[in-house]
Amino acid sequence: MALSDALRAEFEELCTHYPERRAGLIPALHRCQDENGGWLTPEILEDLADFFGLAPVDVYGVASFYPMFRLRPVGEHVISVCHNISCALRGAEALLEHICERTGARPGLDGTSPDGRFTVLRVECQGACANAPMVEVHGEYHEDLDPAKVDRLLAELQSGAPARGAR
Amino acid sequence: MEAATRNPATLDSVILTIDGRQVSVPAGTDILTAAKSAGIDIPHLCYDPRVEAIGACRMCSVKVEGARGLVAACGQSVAPGMQVITEDEELARRRKHVLELFLSEHCATCSGCDKSGACRLQDYAYRYQADPHRFGVYRPRYDGDNYTTLNKGILYDADKCIRCGLCVKYCETVQMAEALTFTWRADRMVVSTPGDDDLNDTSCELCGGCIRVCPTSAMLDKRAFHAGRNSDLQRVRTTCSYCGVGCQMDLMVDRQRNRIVRVTAEPGSPINDGNLCVKGHFGFEFVSSPERLTQPLIRRNGALEPATWDEALALIGSRMQEIRKQHGPDGLAFISSARCTNEENYLVQKIARAVVGTHNVDNCATSCHAPTVAGLAESFGSGAMTNSTTEIRDCKVLFLIGANPTEAHPIFGLEMKRALRRGAKLIVCDPRETWMAKHADIHIQHRSGSDNMLLNAMMRHIIDEGLADRNFIESRCEDYEAFAENLKGYTVEAAAECCGVDAELIRAAARMYAEGEPSAIYYTLGITEHACGTDNVKNVANLAMLCGQIGKWASGVNPLRGQNNVQGACDMGAMPAKLPGYQRWSDAEVRARFEAVWDAPMPQTEGLKIPMMIAAAGAELRALYVMGQDIVATEPNQAEVIERLKSLDFLVCQEIFLTETAKLAHVVLPSTTFAEKDGTFTCSERRVQLVRKAVEPPGEAKADWEILCLVAEALGKPMPYRDPAEIYDELASLSPMFAGISHRRIAEHGGLQWPCPSDDHAGTRFLHEGRFTRGKGRFHAIRHQPPREEPTPEFPLILSTGRTLYNYNCGSMSRKSAVISQKESANFVEIHRDTAARYGIADDEKIVVRTARGRVTARAAVGERVRPDTIWMPFHFAEESANVLTNDVFDPVTATAEYKCCAAEIEKLPAAGTERLGSKSHAAHATR
Ligand code: SF4
Ligand code: SF4
Ligand code: SF4
Ligand code: FES
Ligand code: FES
Repeated sequence: MALSDALRAEFEELCTHYPERRAGLIPALHRCQDENGGWLTPEILEDLADFFGLAPVDVYGVASFYPMFRLRPVGEHVISVCHNISCALRGAEALLEHICERTGARPGLDGTSPDGRFTVLRVECQGACANAPMVEVHGEYHEDLDPAKVDRLLAELQSGAPARGAR
Repeated sequence: MEAATRNPATLDSVILTIDGRQVSVPAGTDILTAAKSAGIDIPHLCYDPRVEAIGACRMCSVKVEGARGLVAACGQSVAPGMQVITEDEELARRRKHVLELFLSEHCATCSGCDKSGACRLQDYAYRYQADPHRFGVYRPRYDGDNYTTLNKGILYDADKCIRCGLCVKYCETVQMAEALTFTWRADRMVVSTPGDDDLNDTSCELCGGCIRVCPTSAMLDKRAFHAGRNSDLQRVRTTCSYCGVGCQMDLMVDRQRNRIVRVTAEPGSPINDGNLCVKGHFGFEFVSSPERLTQPLIRRNGALEPATWDEALALIGSRMQEIRKQHGPDGLAFISSARCTNEENYLVQKIARAVVGTHNVDNCATSCHAPTVAGLAESFGSGAMTNSTTEIRDCKVLFLIGANPTEAHPIFGLEMKRALRRGAKLIVCDPRETWMAKHADIHIQHRSGSDNMLLNAMMRHIIDEGLADRNFIESRCEDYEAFAENLKGYTVEAAAECCGVDAELIRAAARMYAEGEPSAIYYTLGITEHACGTDNVKNVANLAMLCGQIGKWASGVNPLRGQNNVQGACDMGAMPAKLPGYQRWSDAEVRARFEAVWDAPMPQTEGLKIPMMIAAAGAELRALYVMGQDIVATEPNQAEVIERLKSLDFLVCQEIFLTETAKLAHVVLPSTTFAEKDGTFTCSERRVQLVRKAVEPPGEAKADWEILCLVAEALGKPMPYRDPAEIYDELASLSPMFAGISHRRIAEHGGLQWPCPSDDHAGTRFLHEGRFTRGKGRFHAIRHQPPREEPTPEFPLILSTGRTLYNYNCGSMSRKSAVISQKESANFVEIHRDTAARYGIADDEKIVVRTARGRVTARAAVGERVRPDTIWMPFHFAEESANVLTNDVFDPVTATAEYKCCAAEIEKLPAAGTERLGSKSHAAHATR
């Protein structure tokens, strides 16, 4: 069973906050993803379907619809690079290329570096347009980026130091 | 054609104006359907009458006076006085624009596409002259594997998908299989399965519905891929030849290659409303199987060798006449077939009675529903489904006992699912956890063989609680007192004990059924295939009468018939006791009528039923003529049957394949499938429907009715019928209940439900309204009798048998389909998790099942579908036949065997105990 008793208890409580049980699915997907090192296994999805009384297709439809859920293994650090209009105008493509070169990871179906340390994703606007270009790592925003700042960020991540965001 | 689906009296109507025309439709109808009823076809891509409105494509936008903006006609209900415009210059411009957007994401290579000529996207693009390049040229993007790559039946081509959502919605809400979903989003959105798993590893039931609803060629029949565009094929409307539901299907035929390319069905078709199950959609390959018999065979020096028709017929003529001379007419017997047409069944019994002069004629109903015919005839006066398929959706409480419709009668199952969506309550009494059981409000998982204990306790509770319909009992029934007296011996507690279920469940079920407005009972072989089968049927009838739940719209007692024409075979008198139309040959008036038309005296000695024929084979019975029935594979205690058949002087088989029975014959005549001949089948709901010839038979094979005419001639009494229609006219003239039926009228009405006594009669939807066929409904006092064979220390488990969704009967037809074989190709035995653990048996392991009669090996499907004290096997697999195991004890009234329960033991395979079988799908099937 992929769902621990502790998580089950947590989700039971979670469901009491919504008029319908199934509404707890998205927060539960987030929690499971965090617990499981950043991605959702097929077993987790199956267990969640069972837990919420949904068909497995429904859970898969939801999990594959939202970009923040990952259905394949990810590296230790997931770097989400915004490529939407403001960031694009401020050099997001070059920045992305730079990140790819440094990490050895490239966005695509399997965007993880061979050493398993980094996953690089292209994402749409994160609402930080005023400080474009930007990336998001471990829930933190890193803004007004240039190659030098990116290198510092990567070094921090490599060293295991908590990479604090710009905000 | 088909009248309103709901009881017409309950409908309110609304009048509105569409394109200047006044239209009156039932309240709640959507604008698109309302327009259609007035002959106005509003363009639509994501609409299907069976699926709740999706509203994704916007092709159906119309103008409604007073509404803000355009309105999607598929999702908007009509209102009184509404003014609708469905087509004008602005709407046309909008539709053109919508289409151009679709085409920008659709790989429109119509010249190489199977759907060309039947594609709504193509039709509309042409009608509105949409420019496929207006938003750029679409290039194919999806060339990798997907969840259908390995599937043999279904192909999904994302480049042709317009994301209308019909397949997903159909699968989720109509089939309720929930195998498909949209995954990903925006321009990456595709239809897929959970985890993109291979389709056969999901809950997909291979119903083919996603293919049939798809407006483009994104969901395709893989086996028909590039085998002919729609416009190259001819459509032949016919009746499915698998189960007794009687679905109407369209065979798409390539005349040049003499092949059925694929099968489809149209919404609105009588009975199935365009739905089909896996057997109907994918199970037609047997027709063109290389194993088909193509010439007559004669046994020479012990081996079957090819012969000419003349030789074969001459031999049949001389041998059968000799035997008749030597042993009298009763030395011969005929077994007719529930798979053949009414006309052919009529001819078999006519040959038996009028040519040979014996009542030794029977059909396989003995091995399934004879208790129904016998039991219901005594209770009500006629032994058939009392209601129609289309009434199921209006039922409020469905009471299923010993029935597994989603697998054995999938389209009845679908109609029941429709009733559930409309709020019906569901009670299921079944030892197995079937789909219906899982979705039931009350599931009584009683021990196999304890049905009468259960029913008696329920009825006693109904009387004790004052829930019985006193009025109905007094005015419409008789023999109530003895029946009620008998119930005194049955308490709910005792029944709970005997059935192994909770007493509260029995009480709740009794109340729910009695109070339903209305309730209906559905049962199948779980009731009849017992040594007390006829008693079981009568008790089911008792329950309905006790609560007045019969003789009404959507309320009655409904035996779901197994084979496509088992109803018809009985209707045609292919059984010893009754002539066509259930008339008694002992009745002087009836006898005179038949003798006049047949120009032969009516035989006067009782005939034999199939089990008696087998028992008498080689003794009093010297010759047996079998049409389209593999008795070796289907009768219980196989070894004994083979011995008996071998001792016959003469055995003739008229067959499409060299079956186990045919292998023993002296003469084998190659006959035809349903796709190669004309005629009629009568389905469960008593509807007589047309079977139409679509392809030519292989080699020298002939239609069964033609063969029978030749055999009659060889026996010295020519029967020169021109065609099956003429045969039908003769039998209709002899049977008052079919008097108003003819091939011409069936075609006009889309089928006719008997009784249909005259040319101006529209057929009968439900039976026993106001009066039972026999006058008063008759109660019977039924005592519980334990199964003949109870578990012993040597055989501690109860073995029950049945059918699966994917296969049919002894499998000789269904197993020819590659699509079906891929999903289910080998025998299995369902075992409860706890029992398996006790025996140390793992899921998927090959094991031995033993009874006092024999042993077979099968793969263990470990799960929770059966009770811990029970194991269950399907009977479709001739090479490891479950009927080696089943008990050949019989119902005393009808000689139906106790297939449904006997004592058994399981064990691990002695040496190679760890051998595993490949396919994973049963395991998935058993545990889901
Ligand atoms: S699906 Fe229809 S529009 Fe698309 S290529 Fe085929 S025929 Fe043409
Ligand atoms: S074949 Fe039927 S069950 Fe399978 S995916 Fe298609 S609609 Fe669903
Ligand atoms: S496969 Fe067909 S039915 Fe399903 S979404 Fe695509 S176009 Fe519609
Ligand atoms: S465009 Fe990058 S954050 Fe908005
Ligand atoms: S048919 Fe109405 S929106 Fe598609």
